[in-house]
Amino acid sequence: MRCRRCGGAAVLELRRHNAAFCAPDFLAFFRNQVREAIRRHRMFTHDEPVLVAVSGGKDSLALWDVLIEEGYRTTGLYLDLGIFDYSVESRARCEAFAAARGAPLMVVRVADEVGAPVPVIKEVTRRPPCSGCGLSKRYLMNKVALEHGFPVVATGHNLDDEAATLLGSVLHWQIDALARQAPALPATHPKLVRRVKPLYRLSELETAAYAFLRRIDYIVEECPFARGATSLAHKELLSRLEEASPGAKHNFLFGFLERARPAFERVEAATLQECTRCGQVTTGPVCAFCRLADQVKRAVGAGRA
Amino acid sequence: MKVVLRNPRREVEVAGGRRVRDILRELNIVPETVLVIRGDTLLTADQVVGDDDVIELRPVMSGGSGGGAP
Repeated sequence: MRCRRCGGAAVLELRRHNAAFCAPDFLAFFRNQVREAIRRHRMFTHDEPVLVAVSGGKDSLALWDVLIEEGYRTTGLYLDLGIFDYSVESRARCEAFAAARGAPLMVVRVADEVGAPVPVIKEVTRRPPCSGCGLSKRYLMNKVALEHGFPVVATGHNLDDEAATLLGSVLHWQIDALARQAPALPATHPKLVRRVKPLYRLSELETAAYAFLRRIDYIVEECPFARGATSLAHKELLSRLEEASPGAKHNFLFGFLERARPAFERVEAATLQECTRCGQVTTGPVCAFCRLADQVKRAVGAGRA
Repeated sequence: MKVVLRNPRREVEVAGGRRVRDILRELNIVPETVLVIRGDTLLTADQVVGDDDVIELRPVMSGGSGGGAP
């Protein structure tokens, strides 16, 4: 297989683009896709400080790497979920990455903020672990960004993540979620920072290949709680579809973003207010994070009593 | 030849002298769900792997909350 650009030996085939690339030309393609995402959605400028949420996995470290290479003013944020060895190892990957590049990294422990680490939250709430974990991450990313003066948080969500989320929302016709799924969510309230996904144009295979070719030491092991997660089942379905029809995932996501999402956005106009407890933005009197933290503290307190 | 699989990490022996595509088919792996790694480079599906080669099939799929859902 030959590189589409230079005709040299290819290292990666991208069937949805009907193309293959050698390593240098693939890296250039990858950076161009990130540039296009940032430009098209006016995600951030070179003058703004960007908080990059990093997990130690391929996507978020690839994102941080490409933003550093592109000359953006970035700070990493690692949220320590307290998930046994997985968290210890993923934190070490983030710290090593930051140290090697001289980039600033902030570490926040979920247990300090919620009252218990993710494994305890899982037991207390009896909800799927990814539910309380995702809620805590979204809340803390916004809170940390506000407290430290970052106007924008960038996450490593890729095309496959976004397509799987879209499939999940469609399967349950979650109109509110469909209205809010976008590569860039504007700050619709003074206490909400912009949230952007500069990798949304790139597949999981592409972010993994970028991380490998850039010699990024990322954590290959999965979060132990992700096993059996619905998002993985949706990704597997979409991969089978992609195998039979290259470009299916791309068309599903981009068709939604370009043609369907505006219709959902019009019908779903939630009123935002500040949580009476913590002051963060929510749609009800007390935000979901404070309710979760209450539940955790009650259960942990009862356990100790 | 030896194939290293991940999550959990394990090794299997398969016949070499074939294209990557055929090895993936034998192992029932969808090509775009793994990086095919030999040494410090990636292989495309049409490349032939020798009997003495070691390749790693590293999954690219990750799941869980991500924290990006609305």
